[in-house]
Amino acid sequence: MAVAESIVANDQDTGQSELALRLARTWRQPGGFWGWFCNTHHTDIGIRFMVTAFIFFLLGGMLAAMIRLQLIRPENSLMGPDLYNQVFTMHGSTMIFLFAVPLMFQGFGVYVVPLMCGARNIAFPRLNAFCYYLYVGGALVLWGGFLTNTGPDVGWFAYVPLSGPSYSPGHRADIWSQMITFTEVSALGVAICIATTILRYRAPGMTLNRMPILLWEKLVISMAVIFAMPAVMIASGLLLLDRLVGTHFFNPAEGGDVLLYQHLFWFFGHPEVYIIFLPGAAIISTLVECFSRRRIFGYTPIVVSVVATGFLGFSVWVHHMFATGLPQLSESFFTAASLMIVIPTGTQFFCWVATIWYGRLQLRLPMLWCFGFFFVFLIGGLSGVMLASVPVDLQVHDTYFVVAHFHYVLIGGALFPMFAGIYFWFPKMAGRMPSETLGKWHFWLFFIGFNITFFTLHFLGLRGMTRRIYTYSPDMHWQGLNVLASSGVVFMTAGLLVFLANVFHSMRVGAIAGNNPWGDAGLEWSMSSPPPPYNFLHVPTVSGRDPLWEDPPDQAIVVGLRDDIRETLVTHSLDAEPQHKDEDPGPSIWPFLTALSVSAAFVGSIFTAWAVPIGAVPVIATLIGWLWPRGESPTPLPTGESWLR
Amino acid sequence: MTAALSLVASHVLAQAKVLDPGRHHVLHPAAPQAGHIEWLYWFIFWILFAVFVLMIAAFAGAGAKARVVASGPLPIVEKDEEADHRAGWAVGSAMAITVATLFVVLVLSVVTGKRVEGLTSKNPVTIQVTGHQWWWEVSYPNSQADQTVTTANEIHVPVGSPIVILTNSKDVIHSFWAPNVTGKRDLLPGYSSAFWFEIDQPGIYHGQCAEFCGLQHAHMGFSIIAESVDEFQAWQQQQLKNAAEPSTSEAIRGREVFLTHACLMCHTIRGTDAGSRFGPDLTHVASRNMIASETLPNTAGALAGWIVDPQRIKPGTQMSPNPLSPDDLQAVVAYLQALH
Repeated sequence: MAVAESIVANDQDTGQSELALRLARTWRQPGGFWGWFCNTHHTDIGIRFMVTAFIFFLLGGMLAAMIRLQLIRPENSLMGPDLYNQVFTMHGSTMIFLFAVPLMFQGFGVYVVPLMCGARNIAFPRLNAFCYYLYVGGALVLWGGFLTNTGPDVGWFAYVPLSGPSYSPGHRADIWSQMITFTEVSALGVAICIATTILRYRAPGMTLNRMPILLWEKLVISMAVIFAMPAVMIASGLLLLDRLVGTHFFNPAEGGDVLLYQHLFWFFGHPEVYIIFLPGAAIISTLVECFSRRRIFGYTPIVVSVVATGFLGFSVWVHHMFATGLPQLSESFFTAASLMIVIPTGTQFFCWVATIWYGRLQLRLPMLWCFGFFFVFLIGGLSGVMLASVPVDLQVHDTYFVVAHFHYVLIGGALFPMFAGIYFWFPKMAGRMPSETLGKWHFWLFFIGFNITFFTLHFLGLRGMTRRIYTYSPDMHWQGLNVLASSGVVFMTAGLLVFLANVFHSMRVGAIAGNNPWGDAGLEWSMSSPPPPYNFLHVPTVSGRDPLWEDPPDQAIVVGLRDDIRETLVTHSLDAEPQHKDEDPGPSIWPFLTALSVSAAFVGSIFTAWAVPIGAVPVIATLIGWLWPRGESPTPLPTGESWLR
Repeated sequence: MTAALSLVASHVLAQAKVLDPGRHHVLHPAAPQAGHIEWLYWFIFWILFAVFVLMIAAFAGAGAKARVVASGPLPIVEKDEEADHRAGWAVGSAMAITVATLFVVLVLSVVTGKRVEGLTSKNPVTIQVTGHQWWWEVSYPNSQADQTVTTANEIHVPVGSPIVILTNSKDVIHSFWAPNVTGKRDLLPGYSSAFWFEIDQPGIYHGQCAEFCGLQHAHMGFSIIAESVDEFQAWQQQQLKNAAEPSTSEAIRGREVFLTHACLMCHTIRGTDAGSRFGPDLTHVASRNMIASETLPNTAGALAGWIVDPQRIKPGTQMSPNPLSPDDLQAVVAYLQALH
């Protein structure tokens, strides 16, 4: 009996490894130099997004260090206004458009969402790869401009008329506008890929009410991107028209309107804050559950909060414009809306505390970063309540108080969760564990440095130090606090160096991670680390919110998919019932070539409007190559329950 | 001699007031508007401080039970209806307290907003402030054109009277902000708006442009000089006069230099041929404490340095360098310093 069982088991093993070989052959991504540009697998593209965005985070951080160095004493001659204005514009634009959204939403989402759904690849993998190259194109345009002394110098918000043709001659503001086009098209494309993956590629059984909170948040963010990004593209597009072909959308002398731009920009700009914060909150919800060793408390309130945040995020944009002199009634409306955001965010905080309180907390490295998030984001959220009040906002708006506030919110809401998430999913991505000792050094150095720098800025703001000034008079008595603020940079830099050392060290000699080193419940921990090119040997099914914790050992698997072509399973968006099969289009050079031709058209249109019709020709040609029909369509899904085993 | 000494003394005194860090501070109100906001600030601050302490205590309490186990994950906590029930009550009560607190903040905020913005007095002093890259044009409009005072960067106001500021901008967006007085207000091209304040204590309050407006955004300061009604009226009468006739030969030559060089292309000195409105009105420039939008003290040396090479002091400023001969420069400085 025992012998017979072991034969069966062995037989299954060989069967599985043969299946694994066949799947690996089918889903293989090409290697070599050209192969790199043909890759369309979401884990590879996701990691590329994250690595590229992290490089721009380091570059943006260097600009921040330059700013702190310039302000270390009054009338400093390190930088003149021309360079300083470029540096702070580049810092803001890099951090928002090239780092925060690409890493937290695009890179991280592209990597983890299909794994959490139980899918073999992301939906529209070629579009996804195209979006990566387009993002790189935008980043190169912005930094290429900066390195050739054509960096934008009108602020990351580029208010008109300062950024208009009369007050910003040359191509600096054009480069900013076109960088927006690049990165926002990229974000829109990825939002479509992620939303489709979540709605159509979920494993059978993962109904909407069983979806991990992280997937809910990614879905809400994707929707927010789809509704918010067009506003900023219209704003920057109209600005480009004003500058390039002489329209007068924003020229008050010809009946244009300078406030229209601000409304369009902040209609994007405030949801953008939640597009950056919600991925952080998603990571926190995942990690709190895993390290409290209990299912998260308040799944439904948290999901409702996340959806509510997505909607409310669109009703608060005017609080960036209180100083423009609005009627009191509309000010009160936007104060109320801004305060209302506290309710869903507070709900999440309370549910996290309850989960930890009634759980069995294990203070591993990623959880330490979660506690950093709780502290830092709490301060940022509370100072945000102050800013929602119109009278207080009118005093501290555009001062270093606001700078302190949004660094607490953005670094607290994105960077601390990002490091928590990197340490948490590093074993999955690299197959090896990060060093806890180095990670703790990284945490304490960064946490202390961050608070020294940014807590100090609150006081500078109350003492009347306005933003975006390249120098100040000794009479203002701001030097002491500025020196203190700048000294925190040393600690943060040291922390980041420890982090880089940790990554490079752990990638080579870290302990082997295994499938599920943290004992988490998500589907992404069910396959080997790093995941094979086909992700799942058998597409899984789930029967609960925490599959690896709750599902029985004999949980059914999907068997109706072919292993000789790249078949994926498409399920119903609400109840995740299998509907049909789709074929993954596989690796292709066309997304890269299309991104190249689109980039050429975008860059050309900085200089002449003719680049649009002429540049359209290669774009159409590459799109034809991309969309060329591929022949056979997938076999139909077997009827009944025969796709399950 | 004594007059000159007292003038110097008053300048030093004025400088000393500007140097005081309390003259540019959100939490040192000199006007009821800033006072109401300061009260609201501290009220919200203490509420939030209490929230902060409670939240940190909750996290510390929850985290205190943590176990640092490096080898492998702990087992999963069994489902516990009782615990979930208690957690539900705790989270629900915390939510209720949050909503109530937010409601208090909202009501106080709206009430304070009304107190800051509502103007009741019938006879305010009206001042038109127009933003330029990178200075402030200040005028006291009057139905009779010759009764309109025009000056720059230094706003004289009577203590205890309501002041209405009308805003506008000639080029890009600027923002008018004197923290001791009241909150900021943007100066938008194509829009005009109005707000008001009233100052309790005489003194010089510093202000600064708060909306990024280009290269010299950092050097776009102004001051509000609050003085007694008598002093204010005396100042206004003095400002209404045409420019003083130069009395020394050097100053007479200085006027000649002014009117035959680039100066008159941009500046007005009423009573002379210089009548351009591109730059600040210099008719009574010597009555101001500072020049170049609060960048330099109004001394002979600073004035000479500014005239010769303004681009060194404010790189990007609209004023071009004036390579005058030393004699011409001295003469023109002497002339300007006589324009009280």
